[in-house]
Amino acid sequence: MSALTVIRHVRRRARLVCVLLAALAAGMFLLALSVGTATVSLPDVLSTLAGQGSSDTDYIVLELRLPRALTGLLAGAAFGLSGAILQSLLGNPLASPDVIGISAGAGAAAVTGIVAFGLGGPGVAVAALVGALVTAALMYVLAWRDGVTGYRLVLVGIGLAAILLSVTSYFMTRSRVSSAQDALVWLTGSLNDSDWERLVPLAVALGLLLPAVAAAARALDLISFGDDTARGLGLGVPRARLGLLLCAVALAGTATAAAGPIAFVSLLSAPIGRRLARDGGPALLPSTLVGAVIVVAADFAAQHAPGLPRVPVGVLTGAIGAPYLLILLARLNRGGHGG
Amino acid sequence: MAVVSTVLAPSVSPARARTVGWLGGAGVVLAGLVVVSLLVGAKAIPVSTVVDALVEFDPTVNDHLFVREERLPRTLLALLVGAGLGLAGTVMQAVARNPLADPGVLGINAGASLFVVMGITLFGVTALTGYVWFAFGGALVATVLVYGVGALGREGATPVKIALSGAAANAAFVSLTTTVLLSDTDAFEQFRLWQVGSLSGRHVDVLIQVAPFLGAGIVLALASGRLLNTLTLGDDIARGLGQNTAVARTVAGVTVVLLCGAATAAAGPIGFVGLAVPPVARMVAGPDHRVVLPCALLFAPILVLAADILGRVIAWPGEVQVGIITAVLGAPVFIALVRRRR
Repeated sequence: MSALTVIRHVRRRARLVCVLLAALAAGMFLLALSVGTATVSLPDVLSTLAGQGSSDTDYIVLELRLPRALTGLLAGAAFGLSGAILQSLLGNPLASPDVIGISAGAGAAAVTGIVAFGLGGPGVAVAALVGALVTAALMYVLAWRDGVTGYRLVLVGIGLAAILLSVTSYFMTRSRVSSAQDALVWLTGSLNDSDWERLVPLAVALGLLLPAVAAAARALDLISFGDDTARGLGLGVPRARLGLLLCAVALAGTATAAAGPIAFVSLLSAPIGRRLARDGGPALLPSTLVGAVIVVAADFAAQHAPGLPRVPVGVLTGAIGAPYLLILLARLNRGGHGG
Repeated sequence: MAVVSTVLAPSVSPARARTVGWLGGAGVVLAGLVVVSLLVGAKAIPVSTVVDALVEFDPTVNDHLFVREERLPRTLLALLVGAGLGLAGTVMQAVARNPLADPGVLGINAGASLFVVMGITLFGVTALTGYVWFAFGGALVATVLVYGVGALGREGATPVKIALSGAAANAAFVSLTTTVLLSDTDAFEQFRLWQVGSLSGRHVDVLIQVAPFLGAGIVLALASGRLLNTLTLGDDIARGLGQNTAVARTVAGVTVVLLCGAATAAAGPIGFVGLAVPPVARMVAGPDHRVVLPCALLFAPILVLAADILGRVIAWPGEVQVGIITAVLGAPVFIALVRRRR
């Protein structure tokens, strides 16, 4: 095979993976709309979505299930993309919003809002977003020393996370147990409170951020070859890196604002996406789709699986993600790429 | 060999005299803090009454009882827990050859927490005195896991690998803990107060239960100065000096598990004491662990006791838990250390 055919082959594979993942996400999405205490048949779901349902199916599908399924889809996509950007930007498979303190910042701000100021709904969302952005800015400034290296950013993030988590704990001990429990559910990541009001900001943010990331994807490709190569090819590395970092944080922040920091989704999606696409790049689109599939599927399982209490979706993703994280590290270390 | 012999046998010199001066100063500060800790609290008790409670104890006087049963055990526990965490951090940093090692950052405390939560939910443990065995189990599992994962691969346990596997283990333990807590409201109520790291409401029974373990761990840590000195030189040199590195690591591991497990069982997970104290101790004492360890033994209780007193004062008549104060004071030290490393 000539080099050109190999490239074409790899590209075709990546494209096929994307199509299959998109189909899977759509399938899970429709399943989530159709199954529940009152099952709506698939043709009815489709005709309801097309605006020709009965008043019953309109209520069940459009009012009850659609906001939840859409929030899961979009939040999952945002987490997946955010993780993929961060991991290839910082050259570290551990760089996800969970580990480097961005989720902790959103969480501290949200819990402070819930417990200390009695915020609910949109107020919590705004607080979470602001918390994520402020944490990321602080992390960037503190990790800056003639530039920012991936490991320093990760380690500074771990330190910041510790302070923020203790702020969270402080408010959790100060409150009545019921509102502390609310806060704990929020901190785990849950789609139980999804409604249109929270969905709209997420959708708008994604509408703005996805084109921005698509435009910056080439810069990310170049950075993943190394800073020197990227500079040699005419890229303004610090500015591109800052812009991409900002996009990743905004994605994670808006998704967290809508659904809470659903544990480990951004950490898991990118390696899975990269492994499926196998094109050696950052695999942004596959990771995005994997994130969407994971959240919708995990939420479906958490709601309907027999034998499971109806737990928040973050419990399920956390239970799968935590062991995966350790296995990932063990494999990286054995292969000699752990640092 | 010249380098080795100076590290192993520091000369008696002005440096040594200065270290002794530091130790004496620290002792005085610590004694002062103990006095303040007995005097300060939610309940305003006159100095004379506190003195009476210690010298001429009268069990019929409420204030005397309060000093004897609340403030005295709490103060002693702060000393023990502080000493334990400071020494555990010193031992870990020496073994991992990594100034970022700490029982909190590396997930040892989180492992202990997870096991305590499981003790509460699965075995119905309600008393603080019942936590200790679970905390030991968790600390042991976490230590083995973090070191095991971090040491995989050709270069062995490099500083960054240990820090990352610790952070990963920490995240994993925290996530699993949350999962357990969400399904059990009673356990959550019980756990959330313990989980921040607090010394309030610790009575004599808790003190008596953990004191033997902490005492044993402290003795073991203080005795391991020579082992740590050889380990910090690197495995090859240590082996060349006739040191069995596996034995030395095991001794260090047992010490860390004893100290972290008992301290966490008594006070909940208190972070950053083990991180912030050893660098200060090394700054004062130089590289010889036979001197560093006694320094950490005195400095760490100063931090914990001061944080505990501060927590009682700033939110008076309520209090901010000691674990929160140490995190807020200690995390900036961690970040400064990260920035200083290349």
